[in-house]
Amino acid sequence: MKYIDEFRDGAVARAMASRIAAECEPGRSYAFMEFCGGHTHAIARYGITELLPPAIRMIHGPGCPVCVLPIGRIDQAISLALTHGAIVATYGDTMRVPASGALSMMKAKARGADIRMVYSAADALAIARANPAREVVFFAIGFETTTPPTALVVKQAAAEGLQNFSVLACHVLTPSAIAHMLESEEAQKMGAVPIQGFVGPAHVSIVIGSKPYEPFAAQHRKPVVISGFEPLDVMQSIWMLVRQVNEGRAEVENQFTRAVTREGNLAAQRAVAEVFELRESFEWRGLGDVAFSALRLKPEWAAFDAERRFPLDYRAVPDHKQCECGAILRGVKAPVDCKLFGTVCTPENPMGSCMVSSEGACAAHWTYGRFRDIAVVGVAA
Amino acid sequence: MCLALPARLVERRSADEAVVELGGVRKTVSVALVPDARPGDYVIVHVGHAIGCIDPVEAERTLALFAQLQAQPDPAPAAALHAPQGAFLQEVTP
Amino acid sequence: MSTAITLERADTAIPAEAADPAARPAKAGRKDYIRPIDFKHGRVDMNHGAGGRAAAQLIDELFTRAFDNPALRAGDDGAVLDLPPGHRLVMATDGHVISPLSFPGGDIGCLAVHGTVNDVAMMGAVPLALSASFVLEEGFALRELKRIVESMAAAARDAGVPIVTGDTKVVEKGKGDGVFITTTGVGALPARRRIGGAMARPGDVLLLSGCIGDHGVAVLSQRESLGFEATVKSDTAALHGLVAALLAAVPEGAVHTLRDPTRGGLATTLNEIARQAGVGMRLEEAAIPVRAEVEAACELLGLDPLYIANEGKLVAAVAPEHAAAALAALRAHPLGREAARFGTVVDDPHHFVQMATAFGGQRVVDWLTGEPLPRIC
Repeated sequence: MKYIDEFRDGAVARAMASRIAAECEPGRSYAFMEFCGGHTHAIARYGITELLPPAIRMIHGPGCPVCVLPIGRIDQAISLALTHGAIVATYGDTMRVPASGALSMMKAKARGADIRMVYSAADALAIARANPAREVVFFAIGFETTTPPTALVVKQAAAEGLQNFSVLACHVLTPSAIAHMLESEEAQKMGAVPIQGFVGPAHVSIVIGSKPYEPFAAQHRKPVVISGFEPLDVMQSIWMLVRQVNEGRAEVENQFTRAVTREGNLAAQRAVAEVFELRESFEWRGLGDVAFSALRLKPEWAAFDAERRFPLDYRAVPDHKQCECGAILRGVKAPVDCKLFGTVCTPENPMGSCMVSSEGACAAHWTYGRFRDIAVVGVAA
Repeated sequence: MCLALPARLVERRSADEAVVELGGVRKTVSVALVPDARPGDYVIVHVGHAIGCIDPVEAERTLALFAQLQAQPDPAPAAALHAPQGAFLQEVTP
Repeated sequence: MSTAITLERADTAIPAEAADPAARPAKAGRKDYIRPIDFKHGRVDMNHGAGGRAAAQLIDELFTRAFDNPALRAGDDGAVLDLPPGHRLVMATDGHVISPLSFPGGDIGCLAVHGTVNDVAMMGAVPLALSASFVLEEGFALRELKRIVESMAAAARDAGVPIVTGDTKVVEKGKGDGVFITTTGVGALPARRRIGGAMARPGDVLLLSGCIGDHGVAVLSQRESLGFEATVKSDTAALHGLVAALLAAVPEGAVHTLRDPTRGGLATTLNEIARQAGVGMRLEEAAIPVRAEVEAACELLGLDPLYIANEGKLVAAVAPEHAAAALAALRAHPLGREAARFGTVVDDPHHFVQMATAFGGQRVVDWLTGEPLPRIC
């Protein structure tokens, strides 16, 4: 597969690993956050941790949209199906997230909710066309990569004059999340969140460009390297971060030059600006309320806004008292620091969303990496 | 949402739809967000949409760096790795 | 009160065999019904499962005719089989609820035969016979059923394993997915032979008979909602010949474990064996054969080939001193041309199945969690 296989070459990986190790200054440790869930998954699946020198620690950030989706939003999606009888179309990742009342979308489906998994927003539109007598709601989650497709289907629905289609808009924004973490309580305390640099998201950046990250480098003096999705991309980006830290630089660098430009995809940005506006505040699971971090449909698209079409309240639902998803998403704790990890909370029985999505720090660690901390696992499952 | 793959555009069906191919598998996707993409171009596909194109020149540049690495596995003295967009990663070899 | 009577064509010819009683063994009630089943346009209805005349006719004209063996023709509730001396009896069963019923490379019919023949073969037993139980949904097209049954019959004939007894039930429309098929198989196991998951031991070499993921991808490519086209065909096949070739090439006792990685894929099968035997495993990702198209389809869907079902492959744990001979035997057989050595069994109290990635790192290959929902992330 062109543009994929070449970026997974093991021999190059070894060569790069020895260079990275050579450039780590003796006695110095490096902690970088990979923001994007896709990068967390790549690091876990390819075993990149083994290849990096022990001086480098990767902290898994909240760039997994399923992980930061609050229970309250899933409850809304479920109630649209169970209480209001709508067909709810959703990406597969959300199906198993635990919600209120011991339900998940999958369990609600088993109870008769008409919840259908789709691969794209266009599929949801097709369901609406095929079922004119039913209300169809698309559960629109995701960061900036997934937002333009949602904008396109809303415009398409309007163009076709569909009367039964709406969107539950839960799209969130990457730069806001990064800012929130850098400005959070822990970050204020020196050394509490020792993130020295960020591996920036691959595909979000294709859409938004590298420009939006420049304030972080400037204001917070943190280097950002925008990284491609394949394991060699991730390793090269980490290498570039090590160099920036060694040289005392804090710049936005682009490793993913084959797909990311400074301005991004203008056609996509225009589509989003036409349909969406900023919410003043939005709850992120594990991070609390974050200002100007999410989108909703503009008033002129109210007919396609599920929150205006249906009587939906939003009720924030707290996590299990001992669930450490919040701290893990902020990068202050590791999965093994959570009492529930591996005991009560497993991929089969997830207590929080860090375990449900295969990109969540806990699921990635459980699925791919727990052999590294045998003491925690204890008695075999 | 990061699962996205480079696939080759094989046929534009309309202003908005095209067939892409990856490793022998074909899929119809929306190309509404990449109006300039042509058959033969590689686009990045995510949730049924092409969200961007691969710049083959930049791809080759990155791969050339990898090839250099492989040719000289021993650590070299530090050299300028960063450069403005478009002239990226010119490793100065001793 | 009037009952609508649908007049159907009464001019269908009486089959020659029915006209000449000497050509077929006498059957109670055969002279009571004359009009053959309309397989072109007919549909399953509740009568077909009621155990009465209509049911008997369906069994007669469809199942018995297709599977065609003395046991079935005898028409009893059960079949009598002979177990060779010095052998023990192995029994295995499999339910098939696949949707869609047909896919590139096969259908539910041949799958039902292969699946159970393979389960018996994985015990090291020679398959002797199968039973087949059908749960049909009211309204299911008889044309479709006939195609499936004939596919089953062909699979059974090719495998040399007859379907000697069976059952048919019908459920109301909406309560079944067209047809569910359950097959049970019996086989003869040489008394001294002991092959099973618990027999795998540290030091054993792990062999795979060919490429993984073909069947799952072939089925997924038929699901319209996923919208991709691939030319991957299901690998569904009866493996007892391959097993026989393998066992003949090494001393008795050299092959410790055999299993076919069906639902849940290779990863799940390996974890099952690891747990049964109380061992761990170390695999080499680069050594696991996967077709390029399967890999591409999995990439597109966000799935991992390790967790995708296979219906014509086996995994073997073999004593290390006989591994080379075992691999050669697999490769010499048409169903094992792409066989590969891909790992070893090790001592590990945590029963981890660990893999060295092609990239150079390490990861755990865990059990499948839930259903492999295509990822977007």
